[in-house]
Amino acid sequence: MARRLALWVPLGLFAFFAGLAAYMLTQDKDQFVESAMIGQPLPDFALQPAFAGLPGLARADLVGGKPRLLNIWASWCLPCIAEAPQLEALKARGVEIVGIAIRDRPEDVAAFLARHGNPYSRIGADPISEVQLAIGSSGVPETFVIDAKGVIRYQHIGDIRPEHVPLLLKELEKAK
Amino acid sequence: MIAEIGLAALWLAAALAALQLVAGAAALRGGEGAASPLALYARPAAVVQALLASLAFAMLLYAFAVTDLSIKLVATNSHSMKPFIYKLTGTWGNHEGSMLLWVTVLAVSGGLLAAFERRLPERTLGATLAVQGFVALGFYAFLLLSSNPFERLPVPAAEGSGLNPLLQDIGLAFHPPTLYAGYVGLSVAFSLAMGALLTRAVGPAFARVMRPWVLGAWVLLTLGITAGSYWAYYELGWGGWWFWDPVENASLMPWLAATALLHSVSVLAARDALRTWTIMLGVLAFSMSMLGTFLVRSGVLTSVHAFAVDPERGAFILGLLALYIGGAFAIFALRAGAVAEGKRFAALSREGALVFNNVMLSAILGIVLLGTLYPLLTEAFDVRVSVGPPYFNPASAIFAVPMLLVMAVGPLLRWRADRPERIQFEVMLVAALIIGVIAAVSFFGSFPFLPLLGLGLAAGLGVAAFLPLRGRRLARVPVATWGMVLAHFGVAVALFGMASEGAFTKERLAAVAPGGSVEVGDFAVTLERVVPVAGPNWTAIEARLAVRQGDGAPVILTPQARNFWSPPQSTSESALLTRWNGQLYAVIGNQAADGRWQLRLWWKPFVTFIWYGGMLIALGGVLAIAGRVRVDLKRRMARRQGAARRADLEALAGAPVPAE
Repeated sequence: MARRLALWVPLGLFAFFAGLAAYMLTQDKDQFVESAMIGQPLPDFALQPAFAGLPGLARADLVGGKPRLLNIWASWCLPCIAEAPQLEALKARGVEIVGIAIRDRPEDVAAFLARHGNPYSRIGADPISEVQLAIGSSGVPETFVIDAKGVIRYQHIGDIRPEHVPLLLKELEKAK
Repeated sequence: MIAEIGLAALWLAAALAALQLVAGAAALRGGEGAASPLALYARPAAVVQALLASLAFAMLLYAFAVTDLSIKLVATNSHSMKPFIYKLTGTWGNHEGSMLLWVTVLAVSGGLLAAFERRLPERTLGATLAVQGFVALGFYAFLLLSSNPFERLPVPAAEGSGLNPLLQDIGLAFHPPTLYAGYVGLSVAFSLAMGALLTRAVGPAFARVMRPWVLGAWVLLTLGITAGSYWAYYELGWGGWWFWDPVENASLMPWLAATALLHSVSVLAARDALRTWTIMLGVLAFSMSMLGTFLVRSGVLTSVHAFAVDPERGAFILGLLALYIGGAFAIFALRAGAVAEGKRFAALSREGALVFNNVMLSAILGIVLLGTLYPLLTEAFDVRVSVGPPYFNPASAIFAVPMLLVMAVGPLLRWRADRPERIQFEVMLVAALIIGVIAAVSFFGSFPFLPLLGLGLAAGLGVAAFLPLRGRRLARVPVATWGMVLAHFGVAVALFGMASEGAFTKERLAAVAPGGSVEVGDFAVTLERVVPVAGPNWTAIEARLAVRQGDGAPVILTPQARNFWSPPQSTSESALLTRWNGQLYAVIGNQAADGRWQLRLWWKPFVTFIWYGGMLIALGGVLAIAGRVRVDLKRRMARRQGAARRADLEALAGAPVPAE
């Protein structure tokens, strides 16, 4: 009798696995791991200007005044072109946007801004992704909401689509 | 036209798979005496299906060779400027093409079985072909309904979009088909196991038919895993050779099950024991292949090896998995009780040692399976965990160490029953070697426990592997036995590589200014300069390292940190310096604020033995197949001659002569 029952064990184990796997397939998989830096103050950094037209970026530039958007981008990044109009729209609503250009060249940065518009007040150059990694960003583009105390309040992963603009405005409001 | 021929061939092959299923089932129902007329169709259906599936695959291969951009799959995965060899390998470098390759190998295996297998009772073969047809049918449905490789574009594309140099890697081109062929070989073992179970024909004859398929699949899996491990070693730039990543485990689990099956099928063939257990392993080995495909393709687990994942396809594969494996386990539960118990044997016997090896292998399989699926389980409760080496290494060692110990002496034991006194000398010799090496090595320094144990075991096992040849005339030792000796020796060699890497690796992480030097092991590494370099779609920072060993001439190594821009991704291109006794492994990191560069250097003594061992194991498997097939052919020839002689005698005597 015990042997008979034992023969059913593999089927039972398999049924459990199949049920679990089926359940997990229906679950939305959140591929993005949110930065552990949310709620943390920005690390200390000072970046050279990304091109001659705008000043570079240091931590001190993000402290004081009102909340700002910190946009991680690069001239070689296609989604960054797609999000350029949304950054313009945010700028038109009075948001101050500072940028960090990742692994970029000054002439490319200048060409990109001439072509797709320049919503930034400052752009720092991060040629080896040092600051990018330090603030918990893993790709371009990403956008962070930084409050007046220099604390990271929100992280937006991927390009900013038109529907994200109100969301970011709300987060900026919350960070006040 | 080409695509239409391919698609038509695929539909026809699917229809024939259905016929094969029905005809095989008819043979099963027909009973021993009166064969159902339908049953005649089982073999031809399998053979023609194999031809049609091959035709479909050849059409797709042709479409890729000429870059037919009106076919969606070609347009999205190929490019007219690609080197020709990568155009061809691009055929299976994508989901649809690889699934077509999968069913083609499946159909060809079924066709070979149907065309050449004459040893099995017709009913058993019919049931086997029915199961094979059933399995194939599911994959045809998958291809035709959800991933048609021959889909046309409404307007032909002007140019293909698959010129990704990242994928133009010869290792990457041949690694998946090797593993696939291994997986599919296990599907034949599965079908044979189900056929034998359904017709209650579990015995030595069935085991002899199954053995070459298991061996072949096992050889391919061994090669696939060995190559995959080396790829991860040089490509990921982390200095490790095995990461217990879900995708790696997905290929390891079928290998573990196949290794166990390989040994139990030998017991069944030689001694008619372990009947139920062999059937169980046959089902399990194929389950693990399907599970591997599911885990890799569905994306339910996160892995460092990125694949194009698609939950919908995952659902389809899970459905097939539930149908085949669930069905097989249900039949097993219902039928296995009726399989008569095989021959008995004493605990101290060759069978006993093999059973022990089987149980240990299954336990390791269980450990790996649990570790791989555990994150899936906890994620259902919203807890993200990652299971890594701290779990896998010690947990699998608990079972691997006793298994390796028994493996050293098992082949020396006699079948059925043996006396411990008979192998006293050999046991003492192996024990002395293991203890001696461990003592000698620990005398020279303190090393972690597991690598130390591994070194001792490798020494004992390396010698023990050849002990079965002691006292035998080497020229008369069967080829299959040489295969076993070589494969066991390969395990010792691989184990030595792993243990040596674990115990003796020297690592240096240093910040070096251009012109500066670091020492690692007995190498002096000088950072000559760091230069930017550019490739077709990447830029990189390349370090030029001059490596000197002793007073020898310097060798230049050029590790790179690459940045790709489409898709944006950065990789470490490690640089390797191979010597007979190990490898120097160099990776360049970031530049520090003061202008110095981070260099990561490893001296890994005998690390290459891991992969040499893997290749020896596979070579042993090849010898075993060659030996078995030769013996089978000889036996067949002798039987044919015997029949001819009997016919002659009958003609002379004018009366029937009884068969021997």
